[in-house]
Amino acid sequence: MATHLDDPRIIEFDVRTDEMLVNMGPQHPSTHGVLRLVLRTDGEVVSEVTPHIGYLHRCAEKIGENLTPRQWIPYTDRMDYLAAMNMNLGWALTVEKLMGLELPEKARHLRVLIAELNRIASHLVGMGAYGLDLGTFSPFLYAFREREKILDLFEEVCGARLTYSYITVGGATADLPPGWLHKLEAFLDQLLPVITEYHALLTTNAIFVRRTANIGLLSPEKAISYGCSGPVLRGSGIDYDLRRDGESRYTEMYDGYAFEVIVEKDGHYPKDHDYPAVPSSAVLGDCWHRFYVRMLEVMQSIDLCRQAMDRYSMATGSWGVPVKLTEKLPKGEAYMETEAPRGQMGFYVVSTGSGAIPWRVRARSSSFCNLSVTHDLCRGCLIADVPAIVGSLDIVMGEIDR
Amino acid sequence: MSGQTFVDRLKQKFGDGIVGANFTAIDPWIEVAPAGLVPLCEYLRDEPDLAFNYCNCITGVDWLETDPKKAAKNDWQPHIEVVYHLSSLTHKTSLVLKVMVPRWQNDEVGSIPEIPSVANVWRTADWHEREVFDLTGVRFTNHPDLRRILCPEDWVGHPLRKDYEFPLEYHGIRGR
Repeated sequence: MATHLDDPRIIEFDVRTDEMLVNMGPQHPSTHGVLRLVLRTDGEVVSEVTPHIGYLHRCAEKIGENLTPRQWIPYTDRMDYLAAMNMNLGWALTVEKLMGLELPEKARHLRVLIAELNRIASHLVGMGAYGLDLGTFSPFLYAFREREKILDLFEEVCGARLTYSYITVGGATADLPPGWLHKLEAFLDQLLPVITEYHALLTTNAIFVRRTANIGLLSPEKAISYGCSGPVLRGSGIDYDLRRDGESRYTEMYDGYAFEVIVEKDGHYPKDHDYPAVPSSAVLGDCWHRFYVRMLEVMQSIDLCRQAMDRYSMATGSWGVPVKLTEKLPKGEAYMETEAPRGQMGFYVVSTGSGAIPWRVRARSSSFCNLSVTHDLCRGCLIADVPAIVGSLDIVMGEIDR
Repeated sequence: MSGQTFVDRLKQKFGDGIVGANFTAIDPWIEVAPAGLVPLCEYLRDEPDLAFNYCNCITGVDWLETDPKKAAKNDWQPHIEVVYHLSSLTHKTSLVLKVMVPRWQNDEVGSIPEIPSVANVWRTADWHEREVFDLTGVRFTNHPDLRRILCPEDWVGHPLRKDYEFPLEYHGIRGR
């Protein structure tokens, strides 16, 4: 077909676009903290993304070589500061594994209760911030309204609102205050109908679905190879949750609890609640599914909290065993992973047996591995999709840079 | 599969590539020679009844006692240990591999030891190895893009080494 110069289609070939390097961050609001992405763009299309991290590196592992495990607890708070309780729990369990410490039943239920409540808070921020990334402000306010109530509850438990240091080696620093469970129950009752609002605001919102469905497809093979975990792994359809599949020391905490792993199996998600339907345009492994898994996990955590409340109030015995601040560590090493809201958070501790200070501590961060897949997901997408993809990974820079 | 039969099976396949094993540790581990690491990892990943398809974590540990009095009492020689925590999402099992290398290559202070990279076996190893290179100072050969990851690119030294000294100043910022 002959083309004439006045053919309107020819302009597409006539306008030449140069490759351009665009620096996104470290102060860009949609990079979730101090993440810097260097985009190589050709017009609107991104051909390459290089993440640069380390702007929030605080030498946590080096500091850990100079402190006793209980002294290091506050540093784990500052890793994933949106789920500090889960960070405390991971480290406490690792040290208990090294020391061979067994906890009374009541302490285990207390930990489940606190960890699941923090998971709700963390996923609420994840949801609100994701809406913000995609240009809608209201879900953020709705999410923070509810999260604020959880923070109030946590403040009553341990005095802090963000960096709790509450769960510690040997159980927790204190028991739950009297009457607290009633407040928690009232909160959970009130939270349930709000979740429906969230689904209306984002999950089933047509604009939101258009922005996230079939964007940033992560195949199951790639998710495993890149070490993705948590909702990112399950959003790709892999049935793996450490609360069910992890080490016995961790899974025994959840012994007897009824919960289904949130993952699409045989073409559908668990049917234990009345969840909104999956839109037809969504493909397993895209941004929408990662978001959906998170939203469903909020429901799951509410259920787990309720079960933990019953078990906690029925359990007899103590909420912890005393461990000295300078308790001597046995010689050896232990590695342990737990299911934090953002994925598998691993801690590794090596001790020479000469004192209370470990030889080496290491934190394996879930966001770190989840972020490493960005360059693969963003290849060939539009610039506007980059925040949608990075946001769907729900990263926290404190955990990546440590 | 018991630990001993598993190690025997690996020894049969890789011979001297398997240096030793510890079954009494909390997390039992297998020591691997650097040269045999990549074929072993590929085997562990691809064999259907093992299927260690997930690399959880790679850690560098510097074993050096800087206090000579304490060092005399230690039953180990200074060395660097790289620990690989693997797991299988299929069989829900886990495995620990260790590679031991000298702290400096050929005893030349400043030339960091080398280990073959497993970034082509598990993609996640790419960033983990960059972190070990950055903080512990181990060069991973055949790595696709071995750059510092947490420290700035012009940083000097490897902070998680036990004999690391913090710089006096960095671009005009006082260090200590």
